[in-house]
Amino acid sequence: MNYYLKEIECSPRHELESLQSFRLSKQIRHVYENVAPYRAKMDEAGIKPEDIKSIADLARLPFTTKQDLRDNYPYGMFAVPMSDVVRIHASSGTTGKQTVVGYTQNDIEIWAECAARSLVQIGGSKHDYVHVSYGYGLFTGGLGMHYGAEKLGAVTIPASAGNSMRQLEMFRDFGSSIVCMTPSYAISLIEFAQENGFNKDDFKLKAGVLGAEPWSEEMRREIEDGFGIKAYDIYGLSEILGPSVSCECIYQCGMHVCEDHFIPEVIDPDTLEPLPSGKQGELVFTCITKEALPLIRYRTRDIATLVYDKCRCGRTLARMLKPQGRTDDMLIIRGVNVFPSQIEAALLSFDNKATNYLLVVDKANNLDTLEVQIETPRGIISSIADLQKYEKKAKAVIDSAIGVGVTIKLKEPKSLERSMGKAVRVVDNRKIKNKFEG
Amino acid sequence: MLKQLSVFVENKAGRLCAIVEVLNEAGINIRAMNIADTVDYGIIRLIVSDTEKAVAALSGNNFTANVFDVTAFTIPDRFGALYEVIKLLGDSGINIEYSYSLMGKNHSEAGIVVYIEDAEKATEAGEILKKAGVNLITPEDIA
Repeated sequence: MNYYLKEIECSPRHELESLQSFRLSKQIRHVYENVAPYRAKMDEAGIKPEDIKSIADLARLPFTTKQDLRDNYPYGMFAVPMSDVVRIHASSGTTGKQTVVGYTQNDIEIWAECAARSLVQIGGSKHDYVHVSYGYGLFTGGLGMHYGAEKLGAVTIPASAGNSMRQLEMFRDFGSSIVCMTPSYAISLIEFAQENGFNKDDFKLKAGVLGAEPWSEEMRREIEDGFGIKAYDIYGLSEILGPSVSCECIYQCGMHVCEDHFIPEVIDPDTLEPLPSGKQGELVFTCITKEALPLIRYRTRDIATLVYDKCRCGRTLARMLKPQGRTDDMLIIRGVNVFPSQIEAALLSFDNKATNYLLVVDKANNLDTLEVQIETPRGIISSIADLQKYEKKAKAVIDSAIGVGVTIKLKEPKSLERSMGKAVRVVDNRKIKNKFEG
Repeated sequence: MLKQLSVFVENKAGRLCAIVEVLNEAGINIRAMNIADTVDYGIIRLIVSDTEKAVAALSGNNFTANVFDVTAFTIPDRFGALYEVIKLLGDSGINIEYSYSLMGKNHSEAGIVVYIEDAEKATEAGEILKKAGVNLITPEDIA
């Protein structure tokens, strides 16, 4: 088993926790002194920096939300002067302002180290060719994995997203062995490869580090078969760092959190109380080493579970069990909570797997409706009877998976938009209507 | 046996036109067409002068075309001609999934396309028709 930083990754829990406690108390002093909104929040809660002595005091601290970042747009939450900031990233704001994040030189080093750790966890080394097909730019995916691959000393291929033919030619000609991209882009490339006469033996790919959107186990199997690789889940969000806040190891049994930099918690999103290990809830992170934007108890809106037992790989770091989705992505259809990933898993659970789909939510006669648009799998395009059989099957499988009746709409192959970054899987027309109404 | 293209299309304005346009630009002649439809979608079935080229042209324009083997034959334009041939197949227990017509070489004959799902039965149908002296249409006839 290879490690990047064994003394941290396999550290006894109590040693790791004392390191976290030390860094946390130092960080709280840093933010109290340098970030006005945090000083105000802590004063309001009656908490002094010296009250936070160890991780046991973590739960006393107020939460941070995306709204705090919006209210202080663009740099109001930064804890260092702009002269110490060397990089800006931003996440696309579909519902409001962009979320702007900043990094000092030291933050960039931390990020590169975390990303290098992720690559080692999945079996990577300096002998690998790391092909980065996340978008480069304000999105953290591309540059995040890029710096990690270079830090590791691997051959780094900054392909960015797009131009499927060139991507596949590069896989073949440059000897790419590890690919970093979104799962939906992986699916789209597999489809393109099959249609254009590429064979998986043309490639030397061995692993994929896939993230930036929730994906199902069924999708993992599709990607593993399609490329002949092992597909690993990586997690991150720009507010905390970008990709590699946590990443799976070769055993694919949860993502190891870089706990020496980020303290994870799971809370009940309604009561805001911390939940014990093994319970599912909203993920919360506290940055204990970052300088420019050290968010404290940041509510991610991602739903996950944390477990702390030692992994088969020897690491003692907490593992995040695959997020089921974001609370933001969760649809409430006629009072029932529905995650797009449940529908994806259902669509991939029977013959003629459909990998491209779009969920359209609307309201008819004051009742929520959920239409599942599916790109018609090639195999069933023979007779109307086969198409109707497929529609019936898809409806039955999805209905029973989510407990809500859906309507199925078969779309022409390749008619849904192909994603090169984060796939758009949901269109909620109820929200649009409300916006106009209200 | 002839090759038939099956293309899935949503039931909305302009889709048939888009397919015909692609074939037109590729210089492909359509010899027969049939549409099976439902409220929301349909399958357009085509027999064309150059199947391979048509599949490539359609696929290059984001249409997915599946290719199926169909049996096609000519019948004279006279009362009872279709019945005589179809009866041969029916009497042999051969199930026709669907059928449509194809251009004949001249006004005194018509072409008939039948799709028989079971490949063995389809071969058997070809033999029955040949034995009865029915003229089977070959790819060369329509190229």
